[in-house]
Amino acid sequence: MQDASPQQGSSEPLTPRAKLAVTAGKVVAAVSRSAGRGSGSVIGGKVALRVDPDLLARLATHLDVVLVSATNGKTTTTRLIAEALRAHGPVVSNALGANMPAGITSALAGGSAAKYGVIEVDEKYLATVARDVRPKAIALLNLSRDQLDRAAETRMLAERWREGLSGTDAWVVANADDPLVAWAASSCPHVVWVAAGQSWKDDAWSCPSCGGVLQRPGDDWLCAECGFRRPPPTWALSGDYVLDPNGTAWPMSLQLPGRANKANAATSAAVAWVFGVPPETALERMKSVAAVAGRYDVVNYQGRDLRLLLAKNPAGWLETFSLIDPPPTPVLLSVNALGADGTDTSWLWDVDYPRLAGHPIFVIGQRKLDLAVRLDVAGLDFRVCEDVSEAVRLAPPGRMECIANYTAFQQLRRQVGG
Amino acid sequence: MSESVLRLVWVYPDLLSTYGDQGNVLVVERRARQRGLNVARVDVRSDQQIPTSGDIYLVGGGEDRPQRLAAERLRRDGGLSRAAGNGAIIFSVCAGYQILGHEFVNDLGRREPGLGLLDVVSERGTGERCVGDVLADIDPRLGLPELTGFENHQGVTRIGPSAKPFARVRIGKGNGTGDGTEGAYNETVFGTYMHGPVMARNPAIADLLIKLALDVNALPPVEETWYEALRAERIAAAERPA
Ligand SMILES: [Zn+2]
Repeated sequence: MQDASPQQGSSEPLTPRAKLAVTAGKVVAAVSRSAGRGSGSVIGGKVALRVDPDLLARLATHLDVVLVSATNGKTTTTRLIAEALRAHGPVVSNALGANMPAGITSALAGGSAAKYGVIEVDEKYLATVARDVRPKAIALLNLSRDQLDRAAETRMLAERWREGLSGTDAWVVANADDPLVAWAASSCPHVVWVAAGQSWKDDAWSCPSCGGVLQRPGDDWLCAECGFRRPPPTWALSGDYVLDPNGTAWPMSLQLPGRANKANAATSAAVAWVFGVPPETALERMKSVAAVAGRYDVVNYQGRDLRLLLAKNPAGWLETFSLIDPPPTPVLLSVNALGADGTDTSWLWDVDYPRLAGHPIFVIGQRKLDLAVRLDVAGLDFRVCEDVSEAVRLAPPGRMECIANYTAFQQLRRQVGG
Repeated sequence: MSESVLRLVWVYPDLLSTYGDQGNVLVVERRARQRGLNVARVDVRSDQQIPTSGDIYLVGGGEDRPQRLAAERLRRDGGLSRAAGNGAIIFSVCAGYQILGHEFVNDLGRREPGLGLLDVVSERGTGERCVGDVLADIDPRLGLPELTGFENHQGVTRIGPSAKPFARVRIGKGNGTGDGTEGAYNETVFGTYMHGPVMARNPAIADLLIKLALDVNALPPVEETWYEALRAERIAAAERPA
């Protein structure tokens, strides 16, 4: 891999205005924290950006930055890349998932001693943030339907990525198995293609380029009308191994469960390699990650182990179903439709719930009745409960798999102490 | 309707299945099977021919570009129009509803011809997107209980003389014309802006389609507990001031 561009500005101090902005942001964040309003990182970043709109760009000048974006897996992948790069120096990261410009600014403001910035970015802001921070690498994992009421069409997002990243100097590490991602990245001059797989296919039956129907023989995909097709990958996920560009297979032994996390680790290994960290070092360091912001955590609640799993959209639920323990393991499902979840619950009907056949199923959450009708129509047996405590009392013995969407997951964590 | 099998056709899941409307197919299929009917469900992708021998056709909502592609392919295929000519029952939602009309405005901002199976014309609204719970009274001639749905669109659809409003909204925007109408129908073709999906919240609509396809006046009762509970909750939610 070639050298990084010379790090201009690494010894250049922040301008007085930028310093003021960082200070203002920290003061507001501290006030917000003491008022009990969360970590305060977003509001601090907003104040700081108002004082100095170029602050994000300025904070990033002394860092080697990697941006991570996707519909699913960006928080976990950000964490895996951060662990891998720590092999070569201190890292600053928005580990708590505040992934819009204000939250990112806040996170970077706290990392003046860092060498690397590993930053999760909301899909809608990727192009803007990439323009500001001039990343050395950008990891693009997947794009699929999410939050229907916001009307951010998946192909429109791909188009924004494609236009916003077309002239980037960054190495773009992109999933060759997701046609929307492949299309978005194919206008970039430097791409590392990773065969990271994609279980969910229902947002990419149409060619992103011409609208033709994609043909999908085996793991391949191509458009017969315009010739757009899966780019040849140089990295690949193959079972429990990552194949590097030399064809060497590196074993993964992650604590994080599931195929999707293996794909995240494969992408992270490719990103680490762009920064000069060899796969064996990167993968060894990724082993230490057991839970990410409470996801995959196993907590003991009322004498029973609960594994907490986050799934926000049909693609996420599909990957989650593939990693849970087989029947008769009891499963708890919780769905909300608050602002952060999207208020349209129609997506429940695109989730493949029949795959839960054989599991004792317990349903909670603000929209438990939508879920009840969904499961009833799927012909599944289930019980609707008031809360997790009732579900734990009623469920047959054994560890319980608890799958929840965004705010339902936060509530569940608070209740069971995860 | 053939002798022994209810043939359900789910039109273009690759283009018009973005907003959970395949739930309508699942509900119709489930409730038909609960009545002891044999059901053959066919999912027809947009590079396949639409069969003309179906009993009930369901068309869902989709994003703007897929909507245009779907309209182009349905016009070229002609199968859905032939099925309608044979008296098939067609139920459509949102983008699908617009396609069944005479014309709509496509993703390129141009007028796109539809199939003309329903006497409606659609355009894009200039105001805010209509998003939220809806409560409406369905045309009493259809004998259905009140309609609860979730709308999520920016369309404006005007109804011509040979179609009737499917419902009148009490809460929500519906057709977006400001006249309180929601959806449209004629003898065999229905259109609505309601997601949810609409039949999960209004299983009586699924039963209506089955009755029309079988040409019967009544169906044996089925277990309604969860549907009823969801309906009550969503109707209360719509009535609650936001
Ligand atoms: Zn093509």
